[in-house]
Amino acid sequence: MLILECPYCGVKAEETELSPGGEAHLKRFGPGSTGEEFEAYMFARKNPKGVHFERWRHAYGCGKWFLAARCTATLEVFGTYSAQTTEPPAEIVEKIKAKRPDWKGTK
Amino acid sequence: MSKVASALGGARFDGFASVREIGPLGMITLRAKPDVPGLAAAVTAVTGTALPAQRRIEVAGDKAAGWMSPDEYLLIVPYTEVKAALATLAEKLAGQHHLAVDVSDARAVFRIEGAQAAEVLMKLAPVDHATLTPGELRRTRVAQVAGAFWADETGYSLVCFRSVASYVMGLLSHSATKGAELF
Amino acid sequence: MSTRLAKGGRLIDRTAPCEFTFNGKRLKGFGGDTLAAALLANDQMLVGRSFKYHRPRGIVASGAEEPNALVNMGQGGRFEPNQRTTTTELFDGLTCTSQNHWPSLEFDVGVVNNYASRFLPAGFYYKTFIHPRFAWKHIFEPVVRQSAGLGQVPKDRDADRYEQAYAFCDILVVGGGIAGLQAALTAAKAGKRVWLVEQTAHWGGRAPVDGVEIDGQPAEAWVKNTVQALEGMENVTLRARCMAAGSYDHGYVLCDEKVADHTPGDGRPRHRLWRLRAGQIIAATGAIERPLSFAGNDIPGVMLAAAVRDYLINWAVAPGDRTVIVTNNDDAYRTAIALKEAGLEVPVVLDARASVTGELPAKARAMGIRVEAGKAIAKVKGGKRVTGVAICAQVGQGSVLEEIACDAVAMSGGWSPVVHLWSHCGGKLRWDEAQAQFAPDKARPPLNHDGAALVVTAGAASGVLSAADVLLDATDAAGGGVAPVATAPQEAAMEPVWIMPQGAPVDLRMKMWLDYQNDVKVSDVQLAAREGYTSVEHTKRYTTLGMATDQGKLSNINGLAVLADSLSAPVPQVGTTTFRPPYTPVTIGALAGEARGEIFQPLRSTPIHAWHLSQNAYMEPVGLWQRPYCYPRAGETHEQAVHREVKNTRTNVGLLDASTLGKIIVKGPDAGKFLDMLYTNVMSNLPVGKCRYGLMCNEQGFLSDDGVVARIDEDTWLCHTTSGGSDRIHAWMEDWLQCEWWDWQVYTANVTEQYAQIAVVGPKARQVLEKLGGMDVSKETLPFMQWADGTLGGFNARVYRISFSGELSYEIAVPASEGRAFWDALLAAGAEFGMMPYGTEGLHVLRAEKGFIMIGDETDGTVIPQDLNLGWAISKKKADYLGKRGQERPYLANPDRWKLVGLETLDGSVIPDGSYAPAPGFNANGQRNTQGRVTSTYFSPTLGKGIAMGLVKGGLTRLGETIEMTKLDGSTMQVKIVDPVFYDKEGEKQNV
Repeated sequence: MLILECPYCGVKAEETELSPGGEAHLKRFGPGSTGEEFEAYMFARKNPKGVHFERWRHAYGCGKWFLAARCTATLEVFGTYSAQTTEPPAEIVEKIKAKRPDWKGTK
Repeated sequence: MSKVASALGGARFDGFASVREIGPLGMITLRAKPDVPGLAAAVTAVTGTALPAQRRIEVAGDKAAGWMSPDEYLLIVPYTEVKAALATLAEKLAGQHHLAVDVSDARAVFRIEGAQAAEVLMKLAPVDHATLTPGELRRTRVAQVAGAFWADETGYSLVCFRSVASYVMGLLSHSATKGAELF
Repeated sequence: MSTRLAKGGRLIDRTAPCEFTFNGKRLKGFGGDTLAAALLANDQMLVGRSFKYHRPRGIVASGAEEPNALVNMGQGGRFEPNQRTTTTELFDGLTCTSQNHWPSLEFDVGVVNNYASRFLPAGFYYKTFIHPRFAWKHIFEPVVRQSAGLGQVPKDRDADRYEQAYAFCDILVVGGGIAGLQAALTAAKAGKRVWLVEQTAHWGGRAPVDGVEIDGQPAEAWVKNTVQALEGMENVTLRARCMAAGSYDHGYVLCDEKVADHTPGDGRPRHRLWRLRAGQIIAATGAIERPLSFAGNDIPGVMLAAAVRDYLINWAVAPGDRTVIVTNNDDAYRTAIALKEAGLEVPVVLDARASVTGELPAKARAMGIRVEAGKAIAKVKGGKRVTGVAICAQVGQGSVLEEIACDAVAMSGGWSPVVHLWSHCGGKLRWDEAQAQFAPDKARPPLNHDGAALVVTAGAASGVLSAADVLLDATDAAGGGVAPVATAPQEAAMEPVWIMPQGAPVDLRMKMWLDYQNDVKVSDVQLAAREGYTSVEHTKRYTTLGMATDQGKLSNINGLAVLADSLSAPVPQVGTTTFRPPYTPVTIGALAGEARGEIFQPLRSTPIHAWHLSQNAYMEPVGLWQRPYCYPRAGETHEQAVHREVKNTRTNVGLLDASTLGKIIVKGPDAGKFLDMLYTNVMSNLPVGKCRYGLMCNEQGFLSDDGVVARIDEDTWLCHTTSGGSDRIHAWMEDWLQCEWWDWQVYTANVTEQYAQIAVVGPKARQVLEKLGGMDVSKETLPFMQWADGTLGGFNARVYRISFSGELSYEIAVPASEGRAFWDALLAAGAEFGMMPYGTEGLHVLRAEKGFIMIGDETDGTVIPQDLNLGWAISKKKADYLGKRGQERPYLANPDRWKLVGLETLDGSVIPDGSYAPAPGFNANGQRNTQGRVTSTYFSPTLGKGIAMGLVKGGLTRLGETIEMTKLDGSTMQVKIVDPVFYDKEGEKQNV
């Protein structure tokens, strides 16, 4: 059972205080988007064994959504960060690169 | 006032710690970002306390202001003073983006008291009490529902939703049963 | 015979006699006994029967690894099957019975399976019962079920209470032997917050039994001093009787503390499940001795050598007068020496090793014990207990050299580290050739959140067996320091022995038990290998090796080695099965914790709940809410009550507790824009003081929630959601505000529970409110789809003129604390108008008569608003709203989609719930095609006939058509497609 530190209230929350929200950094496609774009937004999800970016909500705590970078294989957590961003912060990317030299990046 | 009823009418249980439902307590959810001009003054005007920092609750007599999230505060005042408090907030924060609503009736409040009161909460919430500091408002999971609690000299105050008051009373009583001390 | 010795027993208190019963027989023991020790002290060698062949079974081990000695414990509300006698502490008044036999333990009919054992090999069930197909369900399964199972199922409600508790520490040390104690002390001295848990009631583990000396004093004294030191440290918590069941992600460990198993009924919780979170876990979990595989190794009286020593030294119980020792290592000589020192006979030590050179064998020889090198047991003699052994050479095929009479056999096949906690969360193992064991590979530990090692092992769990090495390893594991010095005799190397004798023919291999509880023998594993089961995981399932309640603690390595040998592969190449929690079984009560009875789940109640109960309302769950379904009067059925409530609401006035309705405040300069994205229609232009019905869809375009929105002031709206939907919709709003449109200035607050909301519904509703007095509720001042603040009967109220019934209707919100008082005031005011409360079923009937949809009835996550003829509530002008793009997908515009219609039978009867409309032909799977289904169906008391709504291919384009629907019993009925609005089609009644 994971522990993730909520970047908003600073609580090291265990998983039972959190609710999961799937993959992070999805771009919304609304009216006017192509079928492929909409499909990618709605259904195409990464499922990596390794570095992954996820949405979590501190549901039983401060109620805020935040994002987490972690390794799905070893459960190592590289960091948690604000949900008000479209890509992971540079320092977390650097940390991942240092720990996982083979990582291909967020794209 | 006779028509006002708290969720459980002041239920109580005496085990190795005592559990009491108290209230109704006046409570206001105030949503605003901490940098809103006049926010600290507005909160002080209502509760007589400073604007609480992250995870803190500032107490002044029967009033208090707690930090709930980066843009939410819980203001506690006597039940009968809520209306006046809302008016004060509206006046002080006029023109500023904020939301202040009365949630006094949406909540149930419990007191857990006694030398081993912390043990009652240790059975219900995934909180490391060794890392809690006095005056910390901890929002967490209490068994299967959301709750928030903070400590003072005589024990803990715990707030939950009104609809699950009887469930929470059951939890607290079960956990405080004599013979079930943890340490 | 097994017996209690007159002296000794480091764990028993001879001044505290206990009386207990086994199969009704009254027996005596002492405080500090385990049940197994007490049974042996009373010469109760036979304690149960095996699972498959019903072979007589005795106690093999002295701890958690015991596969045989399981009993039904207790009676009534404290009855529990499959309790291990070796870990059960004796108390005065204990009652237990043996399991898996009929009619009695001594004489068991099921033992015929034993004589048929050559016809019941591995995979017998799979091979036999697969044909003919029908026979499994009707013939085989009932018979197999009759005779299967170990203990009985408890019949009474559990009389005990259980609880859980959260705890946190830097270092959790599991195991209270000398390794665990030393690790805990080392970590504690370094200032760490330490928890130390031990599954038994005693500290010290094996060291005191094995005669180890630490820092020049007996282990017993060192243990006592160390425990005292730890107890005196504020940063240390010690828990005995506390079993670490499993280790999980990020240092989460479940520990089952058996608080009151040994003091039943004393008011304490029986078990407490600790949900521990540790920064690091030190597994000082020791090692388990392995049996040897020789013919007859399951006969009562054959025990693990270390267990024999435990019974002797801990409980002063001698399992036999004449004990033969059989071993492949030096450690078993400790047992020989201990027996001899206690004045008991050890006729021979059979050592499978060709050369026997260690200090311990030398000491045994010096004591006059006969030691036979290179020798093995060909066969154990005896039935319900050991009577002797036949000796052979280990290297041969089992030709008997000599027979020796004895009444117990102590065997030792070497030791296996307990690596469960290491392996549960991903630690890898390495094969240690020298000690023939899987040990933790310290280079590949399970990882913590920061990438550091989450678990380290200490002592025997690391694969080190000598006491001196154990203490060094434990000190290192806890961060290093000065380790105490242990002295013990030097031990010579062990030699792996997987079959005894090495060339045993099949008739011997068929009597060599690997898994005692599940009756898996050497021959079964070899058969599985011959039949192509090369994977250890497959072999396990095919043979059931290691699948019993002991989870293969004794059998796994032996079975694995036999499989590897059969496959001519090295052991590490065959690998191990997966270690899964719990380490030993955890009772369901502990897993449930406090969640039983009244607090099984958080039932939600409204401020008027107590009144509903006082009226004997029939309550139904709506999500977690408890709502009145109807209020039956004396002599009324629920159906009659619903009909009365509906009719009265249509003709007089009804009262509904609608407090559960979701209420969310949305406020801010961008609130209108936000609501326009959330709802399919426009909310930003709703005038202050007015109400509007709205629909919310998910991004796929499917209808998710509906409700009435009220504009409170210039930048504030109040959104009503469905009863079950308020938390979900509030979270949905916050998700979009926090994660997508975080620059929009909008705040939300879920105020659902702030208000008691009561609907006053029916032609006389206005009269009731006027009787109460206060605000003007006339048609002119407060017309349909408006709201107003005011007072009613002295209560501050917000009144919404909205209707879910088609009647003149006011939904009145008052502070929840005043809800009950307001409800009472309404009842009093409404009495003269014939007002009656109505429940959720009445609400459903009233809305169905009007053709109003219900989320969850007419919707199922695949229905778009257009399917429900709600296109009028979808804005054509808005460029975007949540779900708009989803609804543009071409297949959602298919005219053949199932759409909402009304349905009626031709004779006025009610269409059964769940009815489907078949269509001609069959689909690709050979199933009948369908063209529609019923979504809501009721008897309408207002119209005196059955009414229904449903989704039918083509929808209202087929108005007037008659189609066939199936009933649940398979018969069919004719159903007419009609307008879904059955009552007051013009909507005049709600508008008066």
